[in-house]
Amino acid sequence: MTSDTPAGRRLRVFSRRRGAPSKARRRLGAAVRMVAALALAGGVYTAFAPGAFADEPRQLSATAQEGKQLYDNSCISCHGRDGQGVDDRGPSLIGVGSASVEFQVGTGRMPMTRQEAQAEEKKPQFDKNQTKQLGQYVQELGGGPELPAGELYEDVKENPEAIARGGELFRVNCTSCHSFTGAGGALSSGKFAPALHDATPETIYAAMLTGPQNMPVFGDNQLTPDEKREIITYIKVQLQEDRDPGGIFNLGGYGPSTEGIAIFLVGITILVFTSLWIAGKS
Amino acid sequence: MKRRKVDLQQAPVTAAKGVDERFQAATPLRALLNKVFPDHWSFLLGEIALFSFIILLLTGVFLTLFFDPSMKEVPYEGSYSALRGTMMSAAYESSLNLSFEVRGGLFMRQMHHWAALLFMASIVVHMARIFFTGAYRKPREANWAIGMILFLLGFLAGFTGYSLPDDGLSGTGLRIASAIMLSIPVVGTWLSASIFGGEFPGHLIIGRFYIAHVLLIPGGLLALISVHLGLVFKQKHTQWPGPMRTNTNVVGERMFPRYALKQGGFFMAVFGTVALMAGLFQINPIWLFGPYRASEVSSASQPDWYVMFMDGLVRLMPNWQIYIGDYSIPPLFWPAVVGLGALTTGPIFWPWIEARKTGDKRIHNLLERPRDNPERVGIGAMAFTFFIIATLSGGNDVIADKFHISLNAMTWAGRIGMIVLPPLAYFISVRICLGLQQHDREVLAHGVETGIIRRLPNGQFVEVHQPLGPVDDHGHPIPLEYGGWVVPKKMNRVGALAPAVKGFFFPVEKPAEAPVSPGMPPVSGDDREEITSGRK
Repeated sequence: MTSDTPAGRRLRVFSRRRGAPSKARRRLGAAVRMVAALALAGGVYTAFAPGAFADEPRQLSATAQEGKQLYDNSCISCHGRDGQGVDDRGPSLIGVGSASVEFQVGTGRMPMTRQEAQAEEKKPQFDKNQTKQLGQYVQELGGGPELPAGELYEDVKENPEAIARGGELFRVNCTSCHSFTGAGGALSSGKFAPALHDATPETIYAAMLTGPQNMPVFGDNQLTPDEKREIITYIKVQLQEDRDPGGIFNLGGYGPSTEGIAIFLVGITILVFTSLWIAGKS
Repeated sequence: MKRRKVDLQQAPVTAAKGVDERFQAATPLRALLNKVFPDHWSFLLGEIALFSFIILLLTGVFLTLFFDPSMKEVPYEGSYSALRGTMMSAAYESSLNLSFEVRGGLFMRQMHHWAALLFMASIVVHMARIFFTGAYRKPREANWAIGMILFLLGFLAGFTGYSLPDDGLSGTGLRIASAIMLSIPVVGTWLSASIFGGEFPGHLIIGRFYIAHVLLIPGGLLALISVHLGLVFKQKHTQWPGPMRTNTNVVGERMFPRYALKQGGFFMAVFGTVALMAGLFQINPIWLFGPYRASEVSSASQPDWYVMFMDGLVRLMPNWQIYIGDYSIPPLFWPAVVGLGALTTGPIFWPWIEARKTGDKRIHNLLERPRDNPERVGIGAMAFTFFIIATLSGGNDVIADKFHISLNAMTWAGRIGMIVLPPLAYFISVRICLGLQQHDREVLAHGVETGIIRRLPNGQFVEVHQPLGPVDDHGHPIPLEYGGWVVPKKMNRVGALAPAVKGFFFPVEKPAEAPVSPGMPPVSGDDREEITSGRK
């Protein structure tokens, strides 16, 4: 027998504790544990919960109130009440932030004309002020990325290296879809990366921050705000303000495709007519 | 001292006599200067290629004075601020300096590139003319083959030149070339490693491509162009059938002075066109592409247009990977190695294939109007349709983006179009040829439509036709035989109206002062029955 050894005694002690306690004792224990857990949960919640969100209903700022009006008129059918989204129609807007509104509404992509692969840029339906109000409303719904204050691009005179660094970052991060010249490009199944020629610094910044449509998000830990500003500087100065030498027409910046069309439509056409003219003079 | 008498009028004669006595140049020179070339606008298309090649040599020499074919990494310190401080290869740096620092350098670079595109474009257009008129038939088969090899060499020259600046776009092209080499079963890895000197991209390739681009390939082009032109001299130029033109003569203008003057003028026109394009249209803005980094691939990265058909074939190829034991044949192999090889070497043998099929062993110095050989036109239309679909597919992402079409739809349209459209093109072009033949015969049999409608006593309306030749006792035209040349189909062509407007591109619409059919005397104004308004 091993029961007299120290190990056997421990086993006995253990098995005694596993013996069934009385019913009343079990009930009492359960009630005590329950009260303790509730007190703990409630205590932790009171200690950590922000007071503002505890208030019901949510208090919107005056601007956001205006935005909510607009939202309830123009956006609610797809994005649902309080921006909670509607299945198969529009995603939830909780947490997308005002930067997203700045991009989608500011460029006319939202409201969308119809459900399709990607929202097209068009004439904005809301003016700048209304866009701000909508942005404020969406921001207060659930936070999210916001455009920083101040200039979104560098002054090339003060910071001449910004443009070269921006160019390098542009080629690494942006050209695979938007192309070297910022002329845009096709993605699969009707999706596309738009041309950057008339994109404003706010639009570009908001796009990088929120990753609209099929664009990936370039959050502040992928591209720091300074790097974002440098990219915008490159796009603005180099690609938009036409500092690009080499003739009057850049043929859209679509690369060898349009160059090939040009050699036939211009070069070969001129020379075939010239040969008709020369051979006609006999 | 007595002044020596100089007879100025005699000076050139004595000088020329002196040259001839020393070099015996008169006889060969006379033969050369008196050589006769037939005149037709379509015979000038090949000259565009020749002249763009000369422009390529001239501008190319200028570019070599400033280009440094080295892959050593250097920081850029030039005037283009968007790249300043960036590390790049010396080749790319010198290309940038050539564009921004050297006076006229960017213009020369753009001229060189546009001339290269024009060179290849005019080769294709010239080749189409040769094909559709049957100019490659015996005895000129060899010259057709040389022409095809010239296209291939031009292809290689273009590709190596595209790679030299070592920018982001050309590096992407090189990467694709290395992938194509790697796709060749068994020898692929060795081939790629030997060309790049190890793993892609290595640090040798620009130097190797440079020597190929400025010495080997242009040398080959120059030699073959000389043979090509030499054969045209030796075998004489083909000509269209027509008045006084037979299979055994050449009707046209002497080399000197008219033909040489025209050619000189045409060279100036080609030079001017290339310079105009180089000044107006930006081409290959390398400064936007940045130095080559394997991680940077732009959308819309395309080769130049004459390589785009290969790119298109690669894009259309389904991803069928074949495994044989431990080895695999990647899908890239079929379009890029087999397809490119077959499409560039197969057509070399076309003249012999056609001669074998038709059993035609005769010598042909007269061209054939495309309509007179519908089957050839059909095959040509089929080949060009295939080429155009492949080329468009090479730029299908740009087309998809700019015309708002799904890229996947473009791929499938290319795949289906490549199979369906060429036979359709064959059918349609054959029918058009037969229809044109039919119309020629109709005019030869009944005469030219005058547009005058006559009403007969029984109320029937008939159109009055102007016979092209004599008529029988009833006033019906005697059918004429077809002469293989343009049949006049408008009344102006047979002298109904005095030419009023001076033609700019064509000589004034002259009446056919020539037999419209062999055995028929030339039509002249007096022999013809006068056309009245229809009332007698």
